[in-house]
Amino acid sequence: MAFEPVLTPFVREPNAHTLDFYVQRSRGYEGLRKALTMQPNDLIEQVKASGLRGRGGAGFPTGMKWQFVDKKSEKPRYICCNADESEPGTFKDHVLMERNPHLLIEGCAISCFAIGAKVAYIYIRGEFYHVQQVLEAEIEKAYKAGFLGKNILGSGFDCDVFVHRGAGAYEAGEETALIESLEGKRAQPRIKPPFPAVAGLYQCPTAVNNVETLCNVPPIVLNGPEWFAALGPEKNGGPKLYCISGHVQRPGVYEASMNTTLRELIYGEQFAQGMAGGKKFKAIIPGGSSVPLLLDQHLDTPASFDGVQKAGSLLGSAGLIVLDETVCMVWLAMNLLHFYRHESCGKCTPCREGGNWLYQLLMRVEGGEGRMKDIDLLFGVANNIAGKTLCAFGDAAATPVQTTLKLFRHEFEAHVKEGRCTLPSEWRSKHPVMAGHH
Amino acid sequence: MSFHPQMEYAPAQFHRSERKLADEGPPFAYTPENQAKFDENVTHYPPEQRKSAILYALYLAQGQQGYLTGNAMRFVAQQIGCSKADVEDVVSYYTMFYTKPVGRRVLNVCRTLSCALLGAERVTEALSEKLGIKPGQTTPDGEFTLIEVECLGACDRAPVVMVNDDWHERLAPEKAGQFVDDLKARGAAAFTGCHLKVEK
Repeated sequence: MAFEPVLTPFVREPNAHTLDFYVQRSRGYEGLRKALTMQPNDLIEQVKASGLRGRGGAGFPTGMKWQFVDKKSEKPRYICCNADESEPGTFKDHVLMERNPHLLIEGCAISCFAIGAKVAYIYIRGEFYHVQQVLEAEIEKAYKAGFLGKNILGSGFDCDVFVHRGAGAYEAGEETALIESLEGKRAQPRIKPPFPAVAGLYQCPTAVNNVETLCNVPPIVLNGPEWFAALGPEKNGGPKLYCISGHVQRPGVYEASMNTTLRELIYGEQFAQGMAGGKKFKAIIPGGSSVPLLLDQHLDTPASFDGVQKAGSLLGSAGLIVLDETVCMVWLAMNLLHFYRHESCGKCTPCREGGNWLYQLLMRVEGGEGRMKDIDLLFGVANNIAGKTLCAFGDAAATPVQTTLKLFRHEFEAHVKEGRCTLPSEWRSKHPVMAGHH
Repeated sequence: MSFHPQMEYAPAQFHRSERKLADEGPPFAYTPENQAKFDENVTHYPPEQRKSAILYALYLAQGQQGYLTGNAMRFVAQQIGCSKADVEDVVSYYTMFYTKPVGRRVLNVCRTLSCALLGAERVTEALSEKLGIKPGQTTPDGEFTLIEVECLGACDRAPVVMVNDDWHERLAPEKAGQFVDDLKARGAAAFTGCHLKVEK
């Protein structure tokens, strides 16, 4: 049975983002209509039964997250939609928000109804200003059509959706950091527990969900949890958006079931269509820059949360970065550590200081001035960051070094022995220093 | 200030917590339109949580003046009802706020992995040569500022450059110089924009 896209069937068609198109072509807001006739608890049970797992990176079951939201508290409850898509290699929420914004709006409204919230905040990254304009215009239309605001569709349920613009911080994608940022502070993570489900935004019970997760809610309500679960392997049901970038013929966002293997995603005719420029495949980062590399022998694994984990990596945010034979792995680690060093929020010492140390060491090895003991030092520093920070950022920052050292240690050693980069690709700058001037 | 006897930190050590002292600048107040926008935005949050509007308030101030001065931050603090230190705390953390004057067009070149794999380093290099400035600097005529930024979230259309709030996708290194000329001649019409915008 061929897979039919659920979230992105019309994204290439003109006016797909408009309310009229959504209502006429995509059974728009029928999910909300149906949800409002149900009991909130039954809704949560449905989402639990569907096995929907968070699409932001951790893959935590969404229904459980909603169930944990403290219903006894007298404080207001909130939905925070995480649209801070900043993980290198990930660009799926961008497509959903720009080309199918009403699906997200409907998802927000249904989730608010399910957990008993009256307000949903969509925290969008500052760089997505053009997306925000589309989203805000469409929210305005949804208000006018009575899908948001007071007494939605005559049910007596009130719901507001607001867009909150961030200002350039990767760390704001972590759920408690996102809440801090929404409260008007630095985006730094909180100590957990208490989890946001108990004390989140303004110390009120809060559910923080990724854009793609919320977009999956209306189809579940409409077609039932069994339909959703049957779309993929066990415990990995539903459609999934894959972002493929790097050295492939046709990079882009592709929707598929999680039965699809990594090899199909890279070489498939309807997906990325193989390596660009006839180069050979070297490795793949299967879930955004924070996860371990996989090699050719791992490619026949299904691109599901559990499948990729079994192969030794993580599906994360499903940002597949494909690397060809011209990529120097020391350079790769250096490039990513430049990112992590810059984006570290500075709260925990291992990550703030360690990231900088790793970067300096990698610069030295890549520049040809490294020593053999630097390689062990790299390993030591990385191991002293991972697992020793408040949020998962520390593990993410250590991963590029750990995984390249594990799989490509010989490249590090060759750099030290030959005193230069052994793979100076033509797409690199002529002045290697360029990469690290600040 | 290295902790290791044989290793020095780079001269300009990067640190998020670095306190950036902004010039006080000229007196600052919102234009009536911006004041109205701010007053509307504050209503999105509970009345006792005005601080949530701080990023929006800062964007308005930056849009009006080009960058954030001490007076602008003090004004924002008054609007929000917090201290100026609270505002500085936020401004110094987020990368999209400028505490020094920037050019009329800020070229933000994405430098993270997917863009780098397709030549982002060389795009920066070409732009740098063309404009005669290093990343982080502004041209003497105040027209362009060149900045390297981390992942912009358009990895399939690499390399990406964000110019103020507009995107230009698939900027090949060879075409970077021409892009600057184009930008000077045609302004916003030079952008490819986001490829997802099928209709105008």
